[in-house]
Amino acid sequence: MRVTVKFFAGFREGRFKSREIEFPGPPTVAAILERYAISPDAVGVVLCNGRHVDFSHRLADGETCSIFPKVGGG
Amino acid sequence: MSDRDIFAGGALPARPGRVPGRVKEKLEIFLRSEAVEDGLVPLAATRAVAGRFSLSLSAVERFVLKIGLFPLRYRRQRGLFGTRGQLRLLRARVGVIGCGGLGGAIFEMLVRAGTGTILAVDFDIFSESNLNRQALCSVEGLGRPKAEVARQRALSLNPAVEVIPLVMPFQEPAARQRLAGCDLVFDGLDSIPARLELAAFCAASDLYLVHGAVAGWCGQTAVIPPGGNRLAEFYPAGKASPDNPEPVNLAPTVNAVAAFQVAAGLRFLLGDQAPDSLSGGAFLDLSGPELETWS
Repeated sequence: MRVTVKFFAGFREGRFKSREIEFPGPPTVAAILERYAISPDAVGVVLCNGRHVDFSHRLADGETCSIFPKVGGG
Repeated sequence: MSDRDIFAGGALPARPGRVPGRVKEKLEIFLRSEAVEDGLVPLAATRAVAGRFSLSLSAVERFVLKIGLFPLRYRRQRGLFGTRGQLRLLRARVGVIGCGGLGGAIFEMLVRAGTGTILAVDFDIFSESNLNRQALCSVEGLGRPKAEVARQRALSLNPAVEVIPLVMPFQEPAARQRLAGCDLVFDGLDSIPARLELAAFCAASDLYLVHGAVAGWCGQTAVIPPGGNRLAEFYPAGKASPDNPEPVNLAPTVNAVAAFQVAAGLRFLLGDQAPDSLSGGAFLDLSGPELETWS
């Protein structure tokens, strides 16, 4: 199955901006983070098809997952 | 909290928040005679009335609106807010938590727009590393409490706005008690644990929270409705702060995120938008620039 993964800000360094990725089965957000060596501690908002989801969310075929870094300053 | 002396800038005994019935007719005649084109009343006239009749400037501005005139200082927002909206705004009461980068910019915009009462909450003082981005920070103000400086700034920008400075953490019972009476609370904090505490307080106190946060060129904003704890979803790994010993905070980012927060807050306060329709969020990356929104 194929899902689209979009990284934002610093997560793009050494990775990519947006790419269609092949997975053997429906991946969770946590599995995507692990595949691209992103520490969950660094992650803030995660959107799947425009809605906020948690790390356990399992993506459906054709879904888009957008991953944003945590921002906490003011 | 007493109203302020609009001429001297110092504290005076409380002034009436309403125009007494016996002077209404006299006031209306005077204000109509002072109105320039299109029913606009200049600041000189509202100030003169406030001084002559010992009224708060806010009471005079509300009276101006009630008799179908409009304070000249709000002319450029009349087309969007209208008389009803401007009155609603002048009667509103909001909390700005943190008066630094985000909070300082939020505060200034709310003051200029004519937000009735603002609780400015910050326990901190201005320091030199605030100068690069914090709207209320000046060389002269270094070492002074941010909330007190906010009040002084409001006096020079819009003395009709009542500012209640609270030089204490928002967690203090005295601050929480006052915040509970607000229509809306703005997140101008600078740490994740404090934000999550504020979100929990707002959820428990039935308050809408307008969240904002920044890091480098990036920022995020969202309206958090009362009852739930949606802010915790934006920090899925819990209270841990980003692994960066030296935070990077820039003026363009704090001002952009603050602008989103104030726009959402004003639309909420004006009441022309169902609150639920505002409960989305946005992530900005000004280095692109890029904007992603969610519902």
